[in-house]
Amino acid sequence: MQEKPLLTGIDDYHLIELVDITKVFDSTTALCRMNLYIRRREFVTLLGPSGCGKSTTLRIIGGFEQPTEGRVLFEGADITRLPPYKRRVNTVFQRYALFPHLNVFDNIAFGLTIAKVSKPEIIRRVGAMLDLVGLKGMEKRSADALSGGQQQRVAIARALVNEPEVLLLDEPLGALDLRLRKDMQLELKKMQQRLGITFLYVTHDQEEALTMSDTIVVMRDGRIQQIGTPKRIYDEPKNAFVAAFIGESNILDAVMVRDERVVFCGREFVCVDRGFGEDTPVDVVLRPEDLTLVPAGQGMLSGVVRSVLFKGVHYEMMIDCGCGSLKVHSTSMAPEGERVGLSVVPFNIHIMEKVAAPGGS
Amino acid sequence: MVARRLRMVYLLAILAFLYAPIIVLIVYSFNAAETRAVWGGWSLKWYAELFRNKGIMDALSVTLSVAALATIASLTLGTLAAIGMHSMRGGMRQVFVQVTNLPMMMPDIVTGISLMVLFIFAKAPRGYGTMLLAHITFDVPYVIFSVLPRLRRMNKHLYEAALDLGASPSVALRRVILPEIMPGMVTGALLAFTMSLDDFVISYFTSVRTANLSVLIYSMTRRKVPPTVNALSAIMFVVVLTLLLIQNLREARAEKSKPKGVRSL
Amino acid sequence: MKRSSFAAPYGIWMLVFTIVPVFIIVYYAFTMGGAVTLDNFRLFLEPEFIGILTFSLWLAFLCTLLCLLFGYPCALFLANRDMRRATLFVVLFVIPMWMNFLLRTYAWMTLLEDTGLINRFLEWIGVGRRRLMYTENAVLFGLVYNFLPFMIFPIYSVLVRSDRNLEEAAQDLGANAWLVFLRVTLPLSLPGVVSGVSMVFMPAVTTFVIPRLLGGGSFMMFGDLIENQFLTTGDWNFGSALSLIMMALIFISLGILHRFNPDAESNGAVW
Repeated sequence: MQEKPLLTGIDDYHLIELVDITKVFDSTTALCRMNLYIRRREFVTLLGPSGCGKSTTLRIIGGFEQPTEGRVLFEGADITRLPPYKRRVNTVFQRYALFPHLNVFDNIAFGLTIAKVSKPEIIRRVGAMLDLVGLKGMEKRSADALSGGQQQRVAIARALVNEPEVLLLDEPLGALDLRLRKDMQLELKKMQQRLGITFLYVTHDQEEALTMSDTIVVMRDGRIQQIGTPKRIYDEPKNAFVAAFIGESNILDAVMVRDERVVFCGREFVCVDRGFGEDTPVDVVLRPEDLTLVPAGQGMLSGVVRSVLFKGVHYEMMIDCGCGSLKVHSTSMAPEGERVGLSVVPFNIHIMEKVAAPGGS
Repeated sequence: MVARRLRMVYLLAILAFLYAPIIVLIVYSFNAAETRAVWGGWSLKWYAELFRNKGIMDALSVTLSVAALATIASLTLGTLAAIGMHSMRGGMRQVFVQVTNLPMMMPDIVTGISLMVLFIFAKAPRGYGTMLLAHITFDVPYVIFSVLPRLRRMNKHLYEAALDLGASPSVALRRVILPEIMPGMVTGALLAFTMSLDDFVISYFTSVRTANLSVLIYSMTRRKVPPTVNALSAIMFVVVLTLLLIQNLREARAEKSKPKGVRSL
Repeated sequence: MKRSSFAAPYGIWMLVFTIVPVFIIVYYAFTMGGAVTLDNFRLFLEPEFIGILTFSLWLAFLCTLLCLLFGYPCALFLANRDMRRATLFVVLFVIPMWMNFLLRTYAWMTLLEDTGLINRFLEWIGVGRRRLMYTENAVLFGLVYNFLPFMIFPIYSVLVRSDRNLEEAAQDLGANAWLVFLRVTLPLSLPGVVSGVSMVFMPAVTTFVIPRLLGGGSFMMFGDLIENQFLTTGDWNFGSALSLIMMALIFISLGILHRFNPDAESNGAVW
């Protein structure tokens, strides 16, 4: 299922493997027969709307939840029943969970003191961590006197100082403001590459996932929808849900009449997909930036401009094509009410199987 | 402003109503005369007599030791109970919360009588021991209701974070949860101690052979009141007043030095 | 070990010292010499006992009303912005709550007695001595004196926590001072009033010490009646029935009060 890594440094060894994991809370199924492996030094992101089971997956790997069925393997050994404090993974919690009664130094040193590391060694390692996260000189500050960004850094340092095999991050940037979030994304990615630690990252922010990950796992309702590199997932979403969740897109009902021929909006288009059979109902995804504005009468589609918004780099236009409204991003602009033509190249017509209950967010 | 003046006058009037009897009582405690009908000049003789009065001194030591022991016992029982209740779900938790609410809603007199009946039933002689048991019983809910909110306000991931960093459950309890709920435990202990010091009704019903101060004062006020009671009351008022002022000043200061929430960059 | 088992010792303790005693009371209330009967409750219907209950309720009601009447403005003024810096002043109003009520009642007695300060003042201005102790009013004033801080404090703490912006918003929308009070401040303070009322009414209905000391035993209240059954008459069955009636009364009034309280979390506790 998973493609060959495009990045160097990731070896093919399966560090963590989830085998047929099912988790039922009371009577709702949070995870359903989930299978996933994570390679050493890989940056894997679990992406999906809230309630899709991504955090539950993380908590099962961390040892905070027991799966109802299935096994968790770590370096090939079954750790399903191992308590959290015996696992070689560490977690950065959603709201950091810094110990309010301890200062920055003692927070970071917590795991080391539990492991009975010698005093000079603790001082050395905590110092190195403070350097890494850029909090030198803040040792004596109380944890709740820090800004959100600083708390975030302490939480990361507290986990990393234990030199875990895997770092689990549960929406760690969710509480930060946009600007800081962007900076931290880059910083985290750099840290991961420098330390060579496996990161398992949970987020509902698709942009964050695309920016940071080696591999994205898109989840919905406790099931994996698609696994792949960011580029692969963006360019070739497997179904309408993934398409809608990753980036903006126009999703249309269509019929695959035969290989490389698809019908939507009353016209037959040439496309590049094969193997859907004949006369099969499918979904078609057209990215707004893949639709090109052409003079009326040209192009396969035509419609009337309903609205125009200036977005800085491009204009965003809603164009009424009779078969629905299409969103178009273009650097050129047509005024409201004008009739225009639209063209799209076969390569940019993405055909997807119909999912049971198509939806998105 | 006139309105402001009027408000102040009203407040001072209420304050006078609240404190006048207390002040009068304190003044009388220095009255050399035997009755309150006459003023015999300033004197400390009732204070001297107070400390020589074995009955009062005994009652004082009963009051203090019962309060201290009941506080320790209810703090242990209540903190454990709060941690246990916090991890319960649904029905079980509701049962415990309701049972904890029960003695707080029950009128003191009914609590006192029902415990008295229990002790008579169990053929336990009503004295120091039964009074202590009763005090622990009405103290525990105060501890629980002081500790539970701290637990609830605590970031629920703190415990998991400790486990994540290698702490076993018992180490996590000691090094993370206890320090977190400590302020609640202190509040609970103070409440329990005060409630126990202050109690009359329940002690009255659950102990016959041993009297604490409240019970002693009650029995004294029913007969001809000896002036030593004035001295005793004056001391108790001043002690409570000082303790509460210190406590409140400390709280006010803590309130001021608290950081103004988490700033974002 | 499951963490919830930490509550087990407490559970056993409460079973032995709260649940079992209540059941013993229930047992006595519904039996007479071992036989199940409702006679104990029937006895309560005698005019004499109904009279005591009505008197207690009436006195507690008056006490609550007076506390509310005097306490509400007090809480309102204390919560005023001018007062926010005068913490110590506010604390003075709360402190009497923590003082032994026997001592407070006793202090009040020293003012009321025949040779007390009030009487001497009356004598001095030429009105002459009055009998102040051992009257219905002495009991009522003793109750008000004891419980007034319990009315002030909950109302104050709700008012002081309320959002200043709401009142300013009301002013901004054209309400004058009186309307702001009526339409914003008062409704917002209702949870405080509710817990204040329950903190005054409940102990006022059940007290037996204050009427005993200030009423000299001539004005029997419901609490005295119960105490009498157990310690003087020795009629545990009737006493238990009365205790159950009192508990029912308390729970019903708490239930009614809670209906008025939009803030369901606070169960009348001060802290």
